[in-house]
Amino acid sequence: MSGPATNIVNIVGGRIVDSTTDANGRSADIHIVDGRIALVVASGGKLPAAATVLDASNAVVSPGFVDLHTHLREPGREDSETIETGSRAAAIGGFTAVVAMPNTDPAQDSRAVVEFVREQGRRAGLCEVVPSGCITVGRAGERLVPYAELMKSGVTLFTDDGNGVQDPLLMRRAFEYSSDLGITMAQHCEVSRLTAGAVMHEGACCSHLGLPGWPAIAEELMVYRDIELVRITGGRLHVLHVSTARSVDMIRAAKADGLAVTAEATPHHFTLQDESLRSFDPVFKVNPPLRTMVDTEALKAGLRDGTIDAIATDHAPHPDHLKEQPLDAAPPGMLGLETAFALAIGELGMDLRSVLACLSWNPARIAGIDDRHGRPVAEGEPANLAVLDPGGAWVVDRARVASKSRNTPYHGRSMTGRVRHTVLNGRAVVIDGVAQR
Amino acid sequence: MKHLRSIPELGVDGIVRILNLADHMVEVNRRPVPKVPALVGRTVVSLFFEDSTRTRISFETAAKRLSADTMTFSVSTSSVNKGESLRDTVETVDAMGVAAFIVRHKTSGVPWQLSEWTDASIINAGDGWHQHPTQALLDCHTIRTELGRSVGRECLAGLRIAIVGDVRHSRVARSDIQAFTALGAHVIVVGPRTLLPPEVHTWPVAVTSDLDSVIGDVDVLYMLRMQRERMNEALVPDLGEYSNRFALDRARASRLRADCLVMHPGPMNRGVEMMVDPSDLARSVITRQVSNGVAVRMAVLFDALGEANSEVSS
Repeated sequence: MSGPATNIVNIVGGRIVDSTTDANGRSADIHIVDGRIALVVASGGKLPAAATVLDASNAVVSPGFVDLHTHLREPGREDSETIETGSRAAAIGGFTAVVAMPNTDPAQDSRAVVEFVREQGRRAGLCEVVPSGCITVGRAGERLVPYAELMKSGVTLFTDDGNGVQDPLLMRRAFEYSSDLGITMAQHCEVSRLTAGAVMHEGACCSHLGLPGWPAIAEELMVYRDIELVRITGGRLHVLHVSTARSVDMIRAAKADGLAVTAEATPHHFTLQDESLRSFDPVFKVNPPLRTMVDTEALKAGLRDGTIDAIATDHAPHPDHLKEQPLDAAPPGMLGLETAFALAIGELGMDLRSVLACLSWNPARIAGIDDRHGRPVAEGEPANLAVLDPGGAWVVDRARVASKSRNTPYHGRSMTGRVRHTVLNGRAVVIDGVAQR
Repeated sequence: MKHLRSIPELGVDGIVRILNLADHMVEVNRRPVPKVPALVGRTVVSLFFEDSTRTRISFETAAKRLSADTMTFSVSTSSVNKGESLRDTVETVDAMGVAAFIVRHKTSGVPWQLSEWTDASIINAGDGWHQHPTQALLDCHTIRTELGRSVGRECLAGLRIAIVGDVRHSRVARSDIQAFTALGAHVIVVGPRTLLPPEVHTWPVAVTSDLDSVIGDVDVLYMLRMQRERMNEALVPDLGEYSNRFALDRARASRLRADCLVMHPGPMNRGVEMMVDPSDLARSVITRQVSNGVAVRMAVLFDALGEANSEVSS
């Protein structure tokens, strides 16, 4: 066969927005060879031929997104999602890396499981799957995981997500022990004694619906505890899925004090409220729960002023037969990977570059993968890229999601902001919204 | 009305319509043969995921007096225990040709979920702590008839009704408060803060934890059932303390106005919230609530399933 090799990709007609540009970016065409950006020329300039030419006209070329919070369900719940199907949803959503949450079966508390997850991600080849590790063995909240051992498998983010670490002594030790290892403790903040049986946010809406409430203070007590533990131990804290206004305030104050604290918010927490449960549709059941407009506005303000560093999806697939149960029995969680960009662009009132900071280079730094993700779109850099059409309109259809499950709370909703192409290690894994493998 | 899932969905006009129909049904029930052919050939299924013999029998009696065919689906004997999903259960029974499901479930919202999966009418016989609309309707009917008021949008206007006890976990209280206030009554909820709902200030009621401050000046005293398992959740220190503060005992009974109605949704916890025998009270209407339940449920089933022009008295 003649012609350029398949490892050569050109992206033409676009406007680069990255951590080094201003909000308007700069028009440029890009030539990619062997996984790296080989050449960036002014728009319309001469590029060598390529096997694949990606049209970026009226679009933005940015570093690929990084999700700090993805449930891929493999190993253990492959009926909900597999690493392959979850990776496909991620790629379609513009993500070139996702941090795999550890609440698998078995849990990600050993090198064997962590290596398996990473390898399954490589096999799928649609995005980089970065395994997190557990804080405690089996996420049981009783014994610490050998962090340094897991670091040999490249793990830098540790979490018991799904559970908060309840024991304050154990958490103090985790921060102390890890404080000189350069790793981050990512906490699911929930004092579980205050949330037994909870289905939704405790407030006026739950009061009328007669559903057991999940009070804001159950999150805020643990946010406070962990911030103060960081203060005395020198550990590093990442607050997962912040959901309340007071949590945002505490994180803002902690950052002002110079503590090593970062935080993420999910699109569903900044776009939906507890009132959604008036339909009694378990698709709106999530943990932590959807809260009030006051909280929604506080999360948006926190993202705008940098208190909250990252937008993370908490993508949590569940099959219909599990979601179609009474609200107390239905598992919490909703899909997020394929809708995150549109919701961030459409709902936050932030300029594109600020949104990309929250979706790409900030989370890449928190995940410890900023040597290859969230990089500037420049010659010599790894080609992990997303081509975005900020004005592209589409409608969410639960029947057409790439995820193996369909539990999106946005079914039927009109979105503005589309991911056109995704490039992973120099290969076009999504072209015109269609996964290539 | 296709479904009866909640009092707010029914609305004040719907409440008035049911109360009017209930008067007709009371008349039917007085006949030598208390039965009309209004629902001949229609199948009504009681789908009870939570035990409640009383409510189920009341509904089934009502359905039979309207000549409907009735079937009972109870969880203890069903495939639900074999892992069948809610959706599969209702779709399977629905496929047999059902006009209405009467649904009881321990979890709020199940009647709304089921109505996504069937075209049949859904009659809520109690969901979680949320709604028990036929109880509220029979309570309105009982108060109205006992006080000799004619049916209308304001038929409980000016009445002071105290609801005492575990409001937080009570679907009866939620439905009653909505129905009573819709018809013009003033409702006072009485209980310890731990047994009142969160954000109770958003409810259209007055709130107190001092039963003695209100008991001498109410038209209706509505006692709620106090479940013993609440003791395990640190919601009240112990049953003795609860009874001392919130039970209807002799001393409190002696302070009731002579015309004050005493109500209870049943089953009563004697020695907990009821320290007196209802038969010793001047105007206990607790058994009247039960007998009115059949007429009101006949009214509800007729409203949901009856032909627009069919005659109750035919």
